[in-house]
Amino acid sequence: MRVMVFMKASEDTENGIPPAAEAFAAMDRFTEELVHAGVLVAGAGLKPSASAKRILVDGAARTVIDRPFAEAREMVAGFSIWEVKDMDEALAWARRCPNIMAVPSTVELWPFLESENLAAQREGERGRLGVA
Amino acid sequence: MTAGETHRAIEATFRIERARLIAGLARLVRDIDRAEEMAQDALVIALAEWPRAGIPANPGAWLMTAAKRRAIDTIRRDTMRSRKHAEIARELDGAVDDPAEAIEASMDDDLGDELLGLLFTACHPILSAEARAALTLRVIGGLTTDEIARAFLSNEPAIAQRIVRAKKTIGKAGLAFAVPRGAERAARLASVLEVIYLIFNEGYAATAGEDLVRPSLCMEAQRLGRILAGLMPQDAEVFGLLALMEIQASRLHARTGPDGALLTLTEQDRSRWDRLLIRRGLDALARAEALGGADGPYALQAALAACHARAARAEDTDWPRIASLYDRLRGVMPSPVVDLNRAVAHCMAFGPEAGLKLVDQLADAAALRNYAPLPAARGDFLFRAGRLTEARAEFEAAAKLTRNAREAAFLTARAEACGA
Repeated sequence: MRVMVFMKASEDTENGIPPAAEAFAAMDRFTEELVHAGVLVAGAGLKPSASAKRILVDGAARTVIDRPFAEAREMVAGFSIWEVKDMDEALAWARRCPNIMAVPSTVELWPFLESENLAAQREGERGRLGVA
Repeated sequence: MTAGETHRAIEATFRIERARLIAGLARLVRDIDRAEEMAQDALVIALAEWPRAGIPANPGAWLMTAAKRRAIDTIRRDTMRSRKHAEIARELDGAVDDPAEAIEASMDDDLGDELLGLLFTACHPILSAEARAALTLRVIGGLTTDEIARAFLSNEPAIAQRIVRAKKTIGKAGLAFAVPRGAERAARLASVLEVIYLIFNEGYAATAGEDLVRPSLCMEAQRLGRILAGLMPQDAEVFGLLALMEIQASRLHARTGPDGALLTLTEQDRSRWDRLLIRRGLDALARAEALGGADGPYALQAALAACHARAARAEDTDWPRIASLYDRLRGVMPSPVVDLNRAVAHCMAFGPEAGLKLVDQLADAAALRNYAPLPAARGDFLFRAGRLTEARAEFEAAAKLTRNAREAAFLTARAEACGA
């Protein structure tokens, strides 16, 4: 199964304060471990919300909003996608993810809605499209 | 955390470390069975100690130390000092008399390429391809023999037997659980890649839905490919194979119709292709090419898969490029099946006459004598050339050759579409 890992923002990431060199090194080691275990599918860090955009969708209307969005911990500072056997394995990896922030922060794990789930949810339409 | 949660967290951590643990221990004791037992002992110790002390910062090293200490204790208790232990000690270090000391001395060893060493050993050419695949899934993939049996449509005792025999063969041959160097390395790597692709195809060839274990074989093979790419970042064909698997896997869920029938590339709903896997595949292919491996057999097959992945609609397919890739693939991986696919590509790129010219050169290939796709392709070329009577005969011949009822119905329908 695939899991989306959100590294939530903190005041530090929002203020563009880079993690210490040792923290970067620890993160690199962790990433290397994920690669060597065949777990890492994709991942990237994101810029602070100052450069982000939010689009409100309401009927046919689209409204673009600049910051401020919300509290820092509601925002995302980075993500990665892991391929694991189950949520226990994802949790075990998340526990060993180093803390690169000086302030408290949050990591979230969201399992992918995979094709089999979609097929069950949209059964009628799937049948019409001629897919499993 | 509740006791149950702690237990699951420990087991998940163990699963992550298991393959590396066994790899390190197998190199030490030159015996996969013994290494698996030692790893299991370490898990038992962890289950007793971690709920109190918490999961250690470096669980891999902790488990390795626990396994080795347990082995030392066993040896020390064993006053008879069996020959086997003496042997282990000698192999570890000729100068050390005390086997316990020898294991202690190796405690700080770098775990670096031990996993790779175990993978190369499990995929050693002295084992049959099936034995290599089963053993790899067991010791590297961590699958149970029951899971492997279901994946290979076999029964558990047969798979267990296959794994036991493979381990014995490795033990008898006295393999060193190391990555070979020099000229041997390339040949042995080919054997590893072959096993991973065999595992992938075993899952890919299955029709979806019947048994979910089989598509998960594809995932297991991709995972092995990703591990290998992480450990051998300079080997082009490793990335070629990874690219091929990622791109093929991107179509896994688009390949079957509502009745379970396989859909051709042209028929598939391309919006259901997994873009993330395609992206990964294209990146891996670029890496293989950058490493100078564009003409490797896996890289070329990946490049072919990439041509389809890049086409948003079937009619956007770059057939001239596919034709030229088949021209090159034929040079490094000669096979009548490649030749037939090449003929199809040339027909699509340059017209039915070009396809007919190539396919007629294959008419006498012994390997294709009863191969339904040959008359089916020839029928298609003739149909496109407007030679309907000849096309009909080819489709009818193909329908008779195929053992797949659905395919036969499809070919019969094509024959009928040619008119009387």
